[in-house]
Amino acid sequence: MARVPWWRNRRVVPWIVQGVVALIVLLIVAFLLGNLIRNLTAAGLLLTWRWLGQPAGFDIAETLVPFQAELPYWRALLAGLVNTLRAVLTALIGASVLGTLMGMASFSRNGLLRALARAYVEIVRNIPLLIQLVFWYFVVFLSLPNGSDALQLPGLVMAKSGFYMAGLGEGMRWMGPELVNGVWQAPLRLTVEFCALITGLVVYSGAFIAEVVRGGIAAVPRGQWEAAASLGLRWVPTLQQVVLPQALRVIVPGLNTQYISLAKNSSLAVAVGYTDLYSVAETTLNQTGRAVEVVLLLLGSYLVIDLLISALMNGLNQLVQIRER
Amino acid sequence: MRPLGRLVWSVLALSASLLAGCASEGGSGVQSVKMAAIKSRGKLICGVEGKLPGFSFVKPDGAYSGLDVDTCKAVAAAVLGDPAKVEYRDLNSAERFAALASGEVDMLARNTTVTLGRDAAGGNGLSFAPVTFYDGQGVMVPNASGITTLKDLAGKPICVESGTTTELNLADRMRQLNVPYTPLKFQNSDQTFAAYMGARCVAVTSDRSQLAGKRSSFPNPAAHTILSDVLSKEPLAPATVNADPAWADAVRWIVYALYQAEESGITQANVEAKLAQAKAETNLADLRRLLGVEGDLGQQLGLPDDFVVKIVKSVGNYGEIFNRNLGPSSPIKLDRGLNRSWKEGGLLYSPPFL
Repeated sequence: MARVPWWRNRRVVPWIVQGVVALIVLLIVAFLLGNLIRNLTAAGLLLTWRWLGQPAGFDIAETLVPFQAELPYWRALLAGLVNTLRAVLTALIGASVLGTLMGMASFSRNGLLRALARAYVEIVRNIPLLIQLVFWYFVVFLSLPNGSDALQLPGLVMAKSGFYMAGLGEGMRWMGPELVNGVWQAPLRLTVEFCALITGLVVYSGAFIAEVVRGGIAAVPRGQWEAAASLGLRWVPTLQQVVLPQALRVIVPGLNTQYISLAKNSSLAVAVGYTDLYSVAETTLNQTGRAVEVVLLLLGSYLVIDLLISALMNGLNQLVQIRER
Repeated sequence: MRPLGRLVWSVLALSASLLAGCASEGGSGVQSVKMAAIKSRGKLICGVEGKLPGFSFVKPDGAYSGLDVDTCKAVAAAVLGDPAKVEYRDLNSAERFAALASGEVDMLARNTTVTLGRDAAGGNGLSFAPVTFYDGQGVMVPNASGITTLKDLAGKPICVESGTTTELNLADRMRQLNVPYTPLKFQNSDQTFAAYMGARCVAVTSDRSQLAGKRSSFPNPAAHTILSDVLSKEPLAPATVNADPAWADAVRWIVYALYQAEESGITQANVEAKLAQAKAETNLADLRRLLGVEGDLGQQLGLPDDFVVKIVKSVGNYGEIFNRNLGPSSPIKLDRGLNRSWKEGGLLYSPPFL
């Protein structure tokens, strides 16, 4: 039996082709990197990370991890990253709830509710997020009154200086918001910047998630609804126990994309004065002049956040898939 | 989308340095690569703020005006012979250096503070022209707030533009005074002042001239006061990149020409007469050299010998530029203060045109 020569062997040729392509890609990358390093060296801007240890010198308005101006840049960037994660997580939960409700509402037997859900989706997803954020912050939240004129609900006060909520205060006592010398005090305080960002992100992403949920529900065959009805199930149990579990298989991959864009969209926070990772990085970039390093850090951070979200959602996806036995 | 725009700038700067190869040798001789590019393009691309009355501002008729804009016009007049041959690019404080470094703009005339970090080759690597405006950082509050000193701001939110020296100065001074405060950072001056006008913060901090300029566009300018505390030195100057020293020299001496013209009493109105006088009277050596009647000072910079005449004809001398844009006859109504010629006790001093 004549052996097939190696250049016609189906097992060898693809390896050679792929090897050549990989080599070309590597050469291009090496050329670009070499150029970058040569030019940066010529400009005296070779990558260094020593500046990360120097004192930042600027303040950050609201942080979860303690931060002062004397602390180094990496602490400032960390505080910004935590602020970003805080906004992303909060908005993610809010948008999921709102989106699911709106997606379900578009299958309601109540025509008004259906129309409302459609109108919400069509209006919100066709207006750029930046404009919506600016609207929420400058038009809505900055129009809130201050001091004793603030909007007062049981356990919640909405003022221009922030949202004040009831919670466990000193000595583990339940405390509501109180006005002390014209300034509101409460166990829980959210700034209007944070609220505006969250509202904007939740409303915007909620519209896209509503569409994903609607698509998932629509993918469940009509027979399932009819079977549930013939068993005498009402609308809510039908959705909850029959339709949604099946719809999840279609919804979860779509949600993944929406969550990732939400995380990336959170970098618009700087437009409404919320100090997120991007905002801190911008100040850092200006003060240190280390543009390439700061941008690399930014790229890396958002990449890691998005990959984490993806990994979690892929895990969830496996959980809701049909088990084949 | 602005944050996206910022990234695009950085990526542009990055890819520019990725692709630039070894072609960056020039610029060491008399010939400026940048100036040659401007001449062949037929227009100067000038980076400005764009929203700052008195410095660079778009008037209702769509034309740019202001002290920074006039600086751009002076450079265009000297290099291209026509002050109208300028394309303005509005840049925010974070975009400006990347835009300059990537060659997107030929120069900045964008109320930029000269600092060591920005000038040094190991920092931003800029080359600064002489200062066109000596400023200082101030704080503006509404009269109704009753605030008179920085200490009254304890625990209060203060609006500040992010990515500026302002942010750092504010933090330094408040730390020194041991006054806690909340910095509310925005990306551009419009957002910063919108938040201030929306009463989200009780004070806004920026360069004093900028505060005065913005105040002039408020519905009720008299209801706001600029506190007497001055937080910093803010010498504002045009900038070019370190990499092209010949171009930086040209811009430097164009600004000096504005100073010198005022010192020598040459104005937009009398420049023709002065030129005629210089041509007629051979004993006026200083004037003859300045106006290019004698010697080749212009050519040494790569400019026409009569570049000073062209500049003054287009925009006037420094004093005229100041009065037109910022002085008592303008809506900004700023005192000249440090921005007077050295002969009148100010800081403007031009080295000799020899």
